[in-house]
Amino acid sequence: MSNSVAILGVGMHPWGKWGNNFVDYGVKAARDALKDAGVAWQDIQFVAGANTMRCGYPGYVAGATFAKALGWNGARVASCYAACASGAQALNTARAQILSGMADVALVVGADTTPKGFLAPQGGDRPDDPDWLRFRLFGATNPAYFAMHARRRIELYGTTEHDIAEVRVKNGDNGLHNPNARYKKTFSIDEVLASPMVADPLRLFEICATSDGGAAIVIASEEYAKKLHAKPVTIEAISTITPTYPSTQLELPDLATDSAAAVSVPTMNFKPAMIDAAYKEAGIGADDISLAEVYDLSTAMELDWYEALQLCPEGEGQKLLRDRDTYIGGRVPVNPSGGLACFGEAVPAQALAQVCELTWQLRGQADKRQVENARYGITANEGLFGHGSSVIVKAAE
Amino acid sequence: MSKKDQKSAREGWFTLDANNPRLLGSQCDECQTYYFPVHEKYCRNPQCESESFTQIELSNRGKIWSYTNAGYAPPPPFVADDPYEVFALAAVELDKEKLVVLGQLVKGVGVDDVSIGDEVELAIETLYEDEESEYLVWKWKPVNSSKSSNTESQASSQGGAA
Repeated sequence: MSNSVAILGVGMHPWGKWGNNFVDYGVKAARDALKDAGVAWQDIQFVAGANTMRCGYPGYVAGATFAKALGWNGARVASCYAACASGAQALNTARAQILSGMADVALVVGADTTPKGFLAPQGGDRPDDPDWLRFRLFGATNPAYFAMHARRRIELYGTTEHDIAEVRVKNGDNGLHNPNARYKKTFSIDEVLASPMVADPLRLFEICATSDGGAAIVIASEEYAKKLHAKPVTIEAISTITPTYPSTQLELPDLATDSAAAVSVPTMNFKPAMIDAAYKEAGIGADDISLAEVYDLSTAMELDWYEALQLCPEGEGQKLLRDRDTYIGGRVPVNPSGGLACFGEAVPAQALAQVCELTWQLRGQADKRQVENARYGITANEGLFGHGSSVIVKAAE
Repeated sequence: MSKKDQKSAREGWFTLDANNPRLLGSQCDECQTYYFPVHEKYCRNPQCESESFTQIELSNRGKIWSYTNAGYAPPPPFVADDPYEVFALAAVELDKEKLVVLGQLVKGVGVDDVSIGDEVELAIETLYEDEESEYLVWKWKPVNSSKSSNTESQASSQGGAA
């Protein structure tokens, strides 16, 4: 039996710092996705919302919040939270409904309104919450964690500060052509390297900002798509696995890792294991991938993903960049959308935005940032507390 | 030195012995795995159902797994110095326990003073203070850093980045 589901429509509200209610962004994205799909809102049987933790109670029940805003239609509903992977978890929840036959067509929506500056924990004293303690005891911000991984690349793999600055330059050039991107500006290597050091070796222009934004996707069974005479791109895999014990890579918001004293470390770390699960589900390998949208929370993290995606051996990510393999026009373009560098992170919308970009690319609708003859695209995303996701999307036959 | 009352910033996570401070952790009585901080209700090794643990002092030396600094003052609940001074952080791998523990590097040690793999030892320093008390926390201090001779100039150049 096929595990494919059809992507009938996608829509986004442009990323920015608009300061509006997150529901506004979600509704705009949802209406665009429904219009793109040619499906009426009244026909949607299941709504999955990706939650936001920063917008009060409506954000904790995002599925119902968006359903109410669009006008109660009696659809079943689910709300998902999985940190940065929330959008992919919501998508997977809707996909499970379709694959199980519980629903024929579903709408998935994520949107966020974000405050300025570093992402800080919620207020109040919470001395048992590692997310609170890492700020309290060490002043360990999100960029501090990204920086420690970047430092390992530099000292262990020979990545240079020039390499990681080049990631920002590449993504800036890509995002220039994306109407939904927040930052449409090109950078030179010198400009990136002249920006202030935030968490050594990462500079201000190498760390993703937080943004407002919204993204939505309409998915359906292949039978439902056929009835609409659609020739849709399809979702071939969604990996949302958790790490395997012991996890010895210090990740957000760890104060300490698991111990490998009793059980040896797994053969694959979390990121590559998550991607591998996606490849296995889709029945394809890295050689089949035409393009990737990856979570560049930092410029250096994009290079980590090249390796996790098995586009090159561990430690050689910078070589792909230096050879321009991951530029548009290269062997396997990465972040043709401009990535988080050009968007900033709108947490519950971001993993969905990655799938929107793959959809436009695989349909040949990506205009000046189009990757030619793309057949398979993959997303890679990692969040807090052991969450992450990878989605594989295939072009129409 | 200040005459303020000295308190642990996190009671029960480390000893306050200035000469030989130790992190307090746990070891599972069945599978022998280690934990920091103390963890004694249920073993997180998926192959172990133990609910029996022994509290232990962890190794006070380890090797730097990675490091960074904070070019800008972190937001609350961190209590930043005023005026703000850039500080460095290190994640340190304990060889015997085979786990990594985060901490700040001691004052005056910047990112240019250390490398991955350098040996560091546990130290106790003031994290912040209020009217009545100084709150202490563990930090990491290089043991024999090859670069430690130019610590002061490096620390001040790091400060310039803020």
